[in-house]
Amino acid sequence: MKRAAFTHRWIPILLLVPQIAIIGIFFYWPAIHALRSSFYLQDPFGFGETFVGMSNYLSLFKSAAYGRAAIFTVGFTLIVTFLSLGIALLLAVKADKVLRGAKTYRTLLMWVYAVAPPVAGVMGVIMFNQSWGPLSDFFKSLGWDFVLGVHYYDTAFAMVLIAVWKQIPVNFIFFLSGLQSIPKSVREAAMIDNPSAAGRFWDVTFPLLAPTGFFLLITNITYSLFDTFGIIDTVVKGEPGNNPMTLVYKVYVDGFRGNDLGGSSAQSVILMVLVLAMTVVQFRLVERRIHYT
Amino acid sequence: MTKSTPRKRFKLSVVVDHAVLIIGSIFMIAPVLMLLQMTTMPDLINMKTGPILMIGDQLDDNFYKAMFKADGFSGANTGMRMLWNSMLLGLGFAAGKIILGMMAAYAIVYFRMRFATFAFWIIFTTLLLPLEVRILPSYEIVQRLGMLNTYQGLIIPLIASATATFFFRQYFRSIPEELVEAARIDGAGPFKFFVDILVPLSKTMIAAMFIIMFVYGWNQYLWPTMITTEENMFTLVRGIKQITQALEGTNLPEYGRANMLALIAILPPVLIVIFFQSWFVKGLTESDK
Amino acid sequence: MAQVSLSHISKTYPNGFVAVQPASFDIPDGEFVVLVGPSGCGKSSMLRMIAGLEDISGGDLHIGDRLVNDLDPADRDIAMVFQNYALYPHMTVRKNMGYGLKNRKIGQAEIDRKVTEASALLNLDDYLDRKPSQLSGGQRQRVAMGRAIVRDPALFLFDEPLSNLDAKLRNQMRIEIKALQRRLGVTAVYVTHDQVEAMTMADRIIVMNAGRIEQIGTPSEVYNRPATTFVASFMGAPPMNLMDGHIDEGQTCVGSLPLAPAHTQTNGTVTVGIRPEDIVPDANGPLSIDVTLVEELGAHRLLHGTMGGQEISVHVGKDSPITTGEMRVSLKPNAISLFDSDTGMRIA
Repeated sequence: MKRAAFTHRWIPILLLVPQIAIIGIFFYWPAIHALRSSFYLQDPFGFGETFVGMSNYLSLFKSAAYGRAAIFTVGFTLIVTFLSLGIALLLAVKADKVLRGAKTYRTLLMWVYAVAPPVAGVMGVIMFNQSWGPLSDFFKSLGWDFVLGVHYYDTAFAMVLIAVWKQIPVNFIFFLSGLQSIPKSVREAAMIDNPSAAGRFWDVTFPLLAPTGFFLLITNITYSLFDTFGIIDTVVKGEPGNNPMTLVYKVYVDGFRGNDLGGSSAQSVILMVLVLAMTVVQFRLVERRIHYT
Repeated sequence: MTKSTPRKRFKLSVVVDHAVLIIGSIFMIAPVLMLLQMTTMPDLINMKTGPILMIGDQLDDNFYKAMFKADGFSGANTGMRMLWNSMLLGLGFAAGKIILGMMAAYAIVYFRMRFATFAFWIIFTTLLLPLEVRILPSYEIVQRLGMLNTYQGLIIPLIASATATFFFRQYFRSIPEELVEAARIDGAGPFKFFVDILVPLSKTMIAAMFIIMFVYGWNQYLWPTMITTEENMFTLVRGIKQITQALEGTNLPEYGRANMLALIAILPPVLIVIFFQSWFVKGLTESDK
Repeated sequence: MAQVSLSHISKTYPNGFVAVQPASFDIPDGEFVVLVGPSGCGKSSMLRMIAGLEDISGGDLHIGDRLVNDLDPADRDIAMVFQNYALYPHMTVRKNMGYGLKNRKIGQAEIDRKVTEASALLNLDDYLDRKPSQLSGGQRQRVAMGRAIVRDPALFLFDEPLSNLDAKLRNQMRIEIKALQRRLGVTAVYVTHDQVEAMTMADRIIVMNAGRIEQIGTPSEVYNRPATTFVASFMGAPPMNLMDGHIDEGQTCVGSLPLAPAHTQTNGTVTVGIRPEDIVPDANGPLSIDVTLVEELGAHRLLHGTMGGQEISVHVGKDSPITTGEMRVSLKPNAISLFDSDTGMRIA
């Protein structure tokens, strides 16, 4: 289908130049730089660099710290994704169903989207405060001696909780929107065909939410990988040490604080490949799923 | 005529629905209430007991301290200053994204260009690499360009991604083509068409994008942390780092002031998202398809 | 197969709007009843209350022997065909049709048998494994009907099922639906805003307006002896001529023109109704019409003009030689309907 268009030659180029210029300088240049640096070892005193081929990558695979960060990242991503999607779906289904107060509930459940991740982290730190944090007290009363920043799994638990709290609103908004886009008459036809509300949900509603669900799956994985930086940084209070951290956080720690530019760049490149793969998967999957309308 | 069992007006399932929603809402709002409570108490009590079920009288005191007192060395990072910086970052970022995005989308959609697909893919690839992954080289380049500790350095590198362009491209494609043809017949060139027709039509989309981008810019943490070391350039969210350090180091952690700053840091974005809810939701759900 | 009985059924929305005023009627077993009226008249609300998709604000609803007011839609033994078909987009045609049975603990073999039967009846055999998005509007409509037939319910409900189809398909489906209902003998309630559908398909018509039932009757009754001016002008195309008149010394008059003896005791002003086809060109006729426009409709012609100062239309054959200007006419016997000028109710 040929679109109607203007035929001017220079105007589109002028319009595009600012965007492409910025992208060129602040996206492609750093990206290529990172790629290049990953193959070099920097002299710690800044006196140059030596080409070391794949050596940076190899030492990553041998590094125990990297392995731990990788395992934590995978676990963290899976748990946060699963929990925030599940809870958000439950809330969206209920919010869609109730007749009274729907608007109020929606507002109360979605405003957290606007909270900055580090602030969420700060709230979490306070709630898990060693001496008087409400959540620490709660867990102590259950016999779990919770020490944030010292016990690995305690810290991991806190990070997961905060990350889930932060991510529920986005999923909630999308699920609710997805639910409301299912034609009312299809749901009414189901009310006539199936006496069981649970049956109607699993047979009709859930499959029609699948496109939204897939999209959210990818979005959530991206979130867990990248947007949790602020949470992790505040929870570890700037002292990474032996605390759980995601691979993205490790890029920052090794590069900015540890001055290991080569190793940090190698980690960046690995993450780049990962994101590339995920985006390809997303487009393949999402394209195939859009066939109902 | 037999009577069948009447459905109870008072259904258990409805009660359960509301219970679930109420628990969810409490879960969402509790942390903020906690912060708020602590800002009303003197720091001495906060240090000893943390959040408790009491409301004190220190609210305006802590507010004053948060806005006008600074820690750090230069005394420049008062709440006021940080608020100002956050505002500039949010507004600048949103404006920059929208203007550049609209221009680029306009070029791609409404002009026959030989390099259209090429330009499209160049822009598209930026979606593949979030900032966190290229953070160090980005820092180096900004340093080399002498843009550290400047507003330009804060805002411009963040604009280097395709989200707004995509959004507007999609929206422009949904506008009927007949408008362009009618405009040409009416003698409107590309500039007039853009200003007189396209922009007014896109008003709701621009508003939606603005809200999302403003919140995104305001909430930036990693980038401002890296490139601003001078305290007068701190944003509220960047200032959180100072806050958490303040809670550790000193003898009397200033919980009241710290929590107040945290509340101020989240208040504008939250208010915008609540008051412009419908635009915000529309922008969010339409931008990611 | 069951009879349906509505007793003082009404619908009021929480904001106070009365969509349906208390209405009572019975539908005998096997009858095809059409609820017809303009947008917003309450016909859809009525249907949805019968289906259970809306709460009944007042009155009792019986399907068969059971009082069903508080029953869920799935428990009322009904099947419904929606205006936009409401097929499950992610299921094949076969699954769409079988879904209602699957949830009622009917064995797979039995389901397959019923689906095959319905599919043959509706010519859907070639499409059983396709998804709704791969079907045309007419085919989707058939699947929607197949879904209803397979359930073998006590009552069929149709909510403007033909509105989304093009004219030719609509005419064809009208006949098919009516034939199907005759064959299956299931009681049916059909909602439409199209009076042609109502006239051609109904055993009985219920004309509604602004939440009220204006008339219940056979198509012939509703057409020839409309109970109100609304029914008179809504049913039939072209609509009945309605003119201001009065009764003078036992004669119905329009303007100063006496038309015919009036079979009623009332005196004073009335609204006079005459169908365009009941006015016959007659060179020796007692009445005169000044024709201003001739509408050519192919099979016949419609003459528009004035009589006694008021607008009137006359229906003539396609070969009629009449053109603009004065023409003389006479009225067929019993052509006149008289309505109260204030209430619109029929007097005679």
